[in-house]
Amino acid sequence: MAVIKKKKDKALPAVNTSALPDIVFMLLFFFMVATVMREVDLKVTVNKPQATEIQKLERKSLVTYIYAGAPRMKYQDKFGRSPRVQLNDAFASLDDIQPFVIQEREMKSEEDAAMMTMSIKADKTVKMGLITDIKLQLRKAQALKINYSSNQPKDVEALYSSEN
Amino acid sequence: MARNKRAIPEINAGSMADIAFLLLIFYLVTTTMDTDKGINRKLPPFDEELVEDPPPIKERNIFTVLVNSNDQLLVEDEYLQISELRAKAMEFIDNNGDGSCEHCQGYKISTSSDNPDKAVVSLQNDRGTSYGMYVKVQNELVAAYEDLRERYAQEKFGRSYRSMDEEEDKEILKEIKLAYPQKISEAEPLNIGG
Repeated sequence: MAVIKKKKDKALPAVNTSALPDIVFMLLFFFMVATVMREVDLKVTVNKPQATEIQKLERKSLVTYIYAGAPRMKYQDKFGRSPRVQLNDAFASLDDIQPFVIQEREMKSEEDAAMMTMSIKADKTVKMGLITDIKLQLRKAQALKINYSSNQPKDVEALYSSEN
Repeated sequence: MARNKRAIPEINAGSMADIAFLLLIFYLVTTTMDTDKGINRKLPPFDEELVEDPPPIKERNIFTVLVNSNDQLLVEDEYLQISELRAKAMEFIDNNGDGSCEHCQGYKISTSSDNPDKAVVSLQNDRGTSYGMYVKVQNELVAAYEDLRERYAQEKFGRSYRSMDEEEDKEILKEIKLAYPQKISEAEPLNIGG
């Protein structure tokens, strides 16, 4: 009887949490390595087209982004629904592209400036008229290396279906 | 004496997890996972005056691809589906009409291209073509070249072209690219159907 009484008195031992920081740090390092800083606040909807022959953009510092697409819901009453261009954090007109490219180029070192890549992130429903205008502006600004940002399709067959 | 024997008290590490969690959540919120991938292209330089008399190219060496505002394809005056474009383009590039290309396996049709070096793919779209379709067409044309290069690499070097390293296999890559030079030309878009 005495033995049983002794057991009852003892409190439940606390769970050892000394390894918890290690686990969390592991997660932290994973995220630090695997992710990149978000560059801008997207104001346009960009549903990227799909392609299979895609290459990775290796050096982030060489890449400048141009976004094109219909303004997001909350901006639609102000900017309408037709596709617009976004540079950095603001809506822009086509005439802003050239100064933007020049400004971006000046921020880079001389060797890097020659290797600058313009990444066009456009929605797949955008008409080619707008894209052609962007391309013309880029040509005028002597930014000739471009990249049509696209996603690898999960299912290659879907590429040939008529819906998208 | 008794003091010296006492162990140094352990630092309380209980809040370490909290600090780490805080950092973790910060990174979760401010970063994104998506890596940038896409089709690399080079634009032609902009010239105020148009080049007078572009060098003449024989009709048979041009592979015309037209995309209209309804995203329909017209390839070499023939209505085509996007799924058929790659094979058709490969057939054209690999045709080897004048027999000067040793690694080609084409049919040597007299109305198709002379050799891969002379073959030019010409792409023209409408201003009303959707960007998604445009990228798809570009993708298929690039894929046609990539597939031919892949075949050439397998036959000549017994290795996969796609897995080659840009630094290590510089010379091999150069040779492969020379065997099937990528010549995709883009014409000014039309503005017919809005």
